Amino acid sequence: MAALKKNGRQTVWFQNPPAIIAAASIAGSKEGDGPLGKTFDKVVEDPYFGEKTWEKAEQRMLQEAMQKVLEKAGLNFRDIDFMLAGDLLNQIICANFTARGLSIPFLGLYGACSTMYEGMALAAIMIDGGFAERVLVGSSSHYSTAEKQYRFPTELGVQRPMTAQWTVTGAGAVILAREGAGPVVTHATIGKVIDLGQGDPNDMGAAMAPAAADTIVRHLLDTARQPDYYDLF
Amino acid sequence: MPLEKQKQQYNDMVNRIKPKPPVLRNVFWAFITGGLISLIGQLILSFYRSQGLNINDAGAATSATLVFLAAFLTGLGIYDEITRRAGAGSIVPITGFANSMVAPAMEYRAEGLVFGVGARLFTVAGPVLVFGMVAAWVAGILYYFFR
Repeated sequence: MAALKKNGRQTVWFQNPPAIIAAASIAGSKEGDGPLGKTFDKVVEDPYFGEKTWEKAEQRMLQEAMQKVLEKAGLNFRDIDFMLAGDLLNQIICANFTARGLSIPFLGLYGACSTMYEGMALAAIMIDGGFAERVLVGSSSHYSTAEKQYRFPTELGVQRPMTAQWTVTGAGAVILAREGAGPVVTHATIGKVIDLGQGDPNDMGAAMAPAAADTIVRHLLDTARQPDYYDLF
Repeated sequence: MPLEKQKQQYNDMVNRIKPKPPVLRNVFWAFITGGLISLIGQLILSFYRSQGLNINDAGAATSATLVFLAAFLTGLGIYDEITRRAGAGSIVPITGFANSMVAPAMEYRAEGLVFGVGARLFTVAGPVLVFGMVAAWVAGILYYFFR
């Protein structure tokens, strides 16, 4: 028998769609110069953010984003049932050290680029399942910590190929709640890992595109929606 | 469709639409920068020769000076900017080797002198040294038997 709140192969739907009642973001200077620059709550020019290491800077960004979102929602940490967060570093240290400071029951996540989405999907499931009233979700990354962990030291001279990507410096946080005003989460489509054999670490786009395309198609099939249901893909 | 065929088709598509590197521009800047570094090296060498060093000592002093300059520019955050344009032009000369030692030293300084700098100093230059030593050893053996 199919699960009660599952549509098709990969999509869950929510009986009482949880609302995103608040969101906060903080970003680095390159992101601040970009087209979304005006939308961030705070732009930090210094890649060290006044700390001794980039890792500490990233952790501080996540912590400030979390505190900011609580402030925007007019809540304090006791109002939050669970916190879901992750980042790109070993042992998801930024999320862990942030959780240490907030004293909220914590589930650490690792979904690389999909961590924020993974957190929001799980938060919606927890809330609609009746296990939580409000869930805090966040994730962070930092150009320099990611380069250091996955590629080369930042001061090493390399010629970036045309397909090289640039990891965002920044952190974001949202609060999902059973009650409240804001956009609601109606469905969540969980993607599969799809490997079409792309081996170039400097071309992540080509490696990730098949899974993204598959998830989008599966979402449309599972929800019986046509592509024109959405304004933009 | 079988997975292997799908992978092949996808790979062909990626290769077709992937942006191509500007080879001519890259080669041009590599030539200019590599040539410039060599020219600077020659000037330094001539200077040491004019100060009375013999050819071997002047060569060693020139290498040391170039290594110092590259390490200094790495510390100022300039060397990686040069290489972003110049590519092999500033990776292949001895200055590139200096950059590959100083960059990890700076990066891992925050993790301490022993487990940071000490442990990570050769992360980039390590292969060059390992295979350089193996090649030197093989050449030495061959020289010993066949001279």
